[in-house]
Amino acid sequence: MSDQLLEIENLRIALDGNPDQQVVKGLNLSIRPGQTTCLVGESGSGKSLTALATMGLLPKVLQTIEGSIKIKGEEVLTASPGRLRTLRATAMSMIFQEPMTALNPVARVGQQIEEVLEFHSDMSQGARKKRTLEMMEAVHLPDVEKMYRSFPHQLSGGQRQRIMIAMALIMRPQLLIADEPTTALDVTTQAQILSLIRELREQQGTAVLFITHDMGVVSEIADDVTVLKLGEVMETQQVEQLLRHPQTDYTRDLLRSVPSQVPRPPSPAASDEVVLRTEDLCKTYGGTGLIRKGREVRAAQDVNLTLTHGRTLGIVGESGSGKSTVARCIMRLIDPTSGKIMVGDEDIAVMKQSDLKARRKKFQIVFQDPMRSLNPRREIGESIIEGPLNFGVSRAEAMERARDLLELVGLPGSAIDRFPHQFSGGQRQRVAIARALAMDPDILVADEAVSALDVSVQAQVLDLLADLQERFGLGILFITHDLGVAAQICDEVMVMQTGKVIEYGPAGEVLGNPKQDYTKALIAAAPGRHWDFANFRPFSEAPASAATPANQS
Amino acid sequence: MVGYIIQRILAAIPVMGFVALFVFLMLRLTPGDPAAIIAGDTATPEQLDRIREALGLNDPLHIQFITWIGNLLQGEFGTSVISGKPVIELIQARMEPTISLALTTIILSVLIAVPLGVIAAWKHGTLIDRFVMLISVLGFSVPVFVIGYLMISLFSMQLNWFPVQGFRPIGDGLGEFLHRIALPTFTLTLLYIALIARITRTSMLEILGDDYIRTARAKGLPEARVLMRHALRNCSVPIITVIGIGFALIISGVVVTESVFNLPGLGRLTVDAVLARDYPVIQAVILLASLIYVVVNLLIDIAYVLLDPRIRYS
Repeated sequence: MSDQLLEIENLRIALDGNPDQQVVKGLNLSIRPGQTTCLVGESGSGKSLTALATMGLLPKVLQTIEGSIKIKGEEVLTASPGRLRTLRATAMSMIFQEPMTALNPVARVGQQIEEVLEFHSDMSQGARKKRTLEMMEAVHLPDVEKMYRSFPHQLSGGQRQRIMIAMALIMRPQLLIADEPTTALDVTTQAQILSLIRELREQQGTAVLFITHDMGVVSEIADDVTVLKLGEVMETQQVEQLLRHPQTDYTRDLLRSVPSQVPRPPSPAASDEVVLRTEDLCKTYGGTGLIRKGREVRAAQDVNLTLTHGRTLGIVGESGSGKSTVARCIMRLIDPTSGKIMVGDEDIAVMKQSDLKARRKKFQIVFQDPMRSLNPRREIGESIIEGPLNFGVSRAEAMERARDLLELVGLPGSAIDRFPHQFSGGQRQRVAIARALAMDPDILVADEAVSALDVSVQAQVLDLLADLQERFGLGILFITHDLGVAAQICDEVMVMQTGKVIEYGPAGEVLGNPKQDYTKALIAAAPGRHWDFANFRPFSEAPASAATPANQS
Repeated sequence: MVGYIIQRILAAIPVMGFVALFVFLMLRLTPGDPAAIIAGDTATPEQLDRIREALGLNDPLHIQFITWIGNLLQGEFGTSVISGKPVIELIQARMEPTISLALTTIILSVLIAVPLGVIAAWKHGTLIDRFVMLISVLGFSVPVFVIGYLMISLFSMQLNWFPVQGFRPIGDGLGEFLHRIALPTFTLTLLYIALIARITRTSMLEILGDDYIRTARAKGLPEARVLMRHALRNCSVPIITVIGIGFALIISGVVVTESVFNLPGLGRLTVDAVLARDYPVIQAVILLASLIYVVVNLLIDIAYVLLDPRIRYS
């Protein structure tokens, strides 16, 4: 018997078991006890499927057609359902990307953890509860007695992920499979969860199979890295070797696409024309209960921003910071409580929706998830021309322009009669951008517009936005939680926290030399900030002439 | 929670008020003079006038409405024009068969339909699933009276297992009660099994794709536990809704079933009253039916809060 904890050999997974439709193509992977291996790849690389196959949790349409997965020398693929259930939880366990949806919403979290003991141990009820509370303390949850009785929706994303980790590790399995466990979390929460995983790994000697697309996270947590592309292993290396000396073009491209934390130089101001200005913009929720005054939530307080022609202003912040609230107020998708929103020389903050209609041409928005923001039952051409048609453009003319726009955003004009599901994520976001541009706006609001995309695609869409900005002189308001992305596209940056503006200024200043503790903390929490991925070296080894992030303390 | 219930009860008052107004106007605005109906074809103008005076029909409309509402609030529902008995007594006499039938039908349907729906969703796309769907289509498409007469023909006439018709109150003994109510229950159940099984299957299918089901499996829980504790509990809101509305539907009258099996229930009372233009009875039955709907909806909403901690009303 080998000393490997997990050994995957020549794993092949295919759609409907059809050998012509393989999604994982002969994957080999092994993990020693106590080791952390990162499985890196973009969407469609088969990294999550490999994890699910290991747990015996593949969806029915996907079948393993060849290969072997052995945990502690025991074959998983041929194990009986009963044996498989025992192996889960006791030998290996798994945590998932979305802590929001991974817990049963109608059961108390403590009981959801305890349930594992109920089926995999012969502890008494009292002992189970005691062990559950211990485990909840081990993952550093506060006030565990109270939290034991809480429901998932009462907890934050980070707390929920801690519950998931407690649940996964309560039987002390030797292998923890973590499928993008921090992707949906804020950057400061992500840093906490990563350090928790490291801590528990050291305490319990658990090996970790960590699935991620984020090279920053890889640089923080991995011992070994396996890079996957379209179901095939590109390379497997020790982490520092991989980051310094990637062996394949694919890995090199992947590393080069990682948005650098170093702000780009600001684009030259084409003109000083202010296209958008807010004055003391406020949005307050609640507080208007009929019988009892509800709790007031100040989602945005006294936001003053100025966006000039041809420039990009980034609003960065964690969830609940109010960045999307500001974007939605400016779009008048929600009504601001007070303050002014000046588009050109008109205040649209209090304008009636009927008057607003004619002005909507000027400001357009691109949302995070194009799969949900494009009507799935309409050809994309119809979605693109809908706006212009409302403003009286003839159908033929609008269609003509839609074709031009598609080519402008890098899609063939002939794709105009396809449906959203026939495109990839990046292509769909290009369609959404074309739709916004069809109105000839002065202002483009991009609300987390690249957050759902793979890094290589993300880089392309950012390039496209920069290109369009140069061509049309768009003022872009770019909402993001990703400081790296902000550094790549923004001329100015505004940092928000719990509805308030913390810091606002040129991107180089705010991100390169932050004044406020909160901004510093955000930058410090960004994973992989010591690595200059694009140049395959840590920043500390960069030649003195190269730009370095100021915050290396 | 208590505050919420009180708030909901208060909110039901205007609803009932509108129903009362509608029922009142329906009677006054439809062609035909109630006094003429009561007096019969041979009445003299003087007799008619006396009846009008006695019924208060000579008062202005709003006075009549207020008087009528006032009477209702005191439990005074009037007397049947046909039998001369107080309406409230007539309804009370008809309540037991209808409520009995509603309870037996809903209980039996839930016991059969929910497991069927769960299994169909779990074994999605297999023969079992298709079989459940077939039953469901049958239950929806075969008319209740056809099922009723088929049941009578098979189980009463040929096999002689059950009596053809009639009702025995539960006070006469549980065995006799069940024996009599079995066939009408089976007849109605088929429709409700179809409805509830379909809703259960659809919601289960959706929930089974959710992330926390994958989590439950990743914990190494047995399938039964995954299905019942994690999936079914999350489907309870749509299922409870259908059960509640189904119950209210039966109570407010299953005329066909009651006629086929000669059950002296509310549905029959309603039909007889409508045919005889017995307005006080019609009014009372409509008010009762809407009250039942309001109460059932309130119970459904309370069930939501108990079943899903995310739903909170202020």
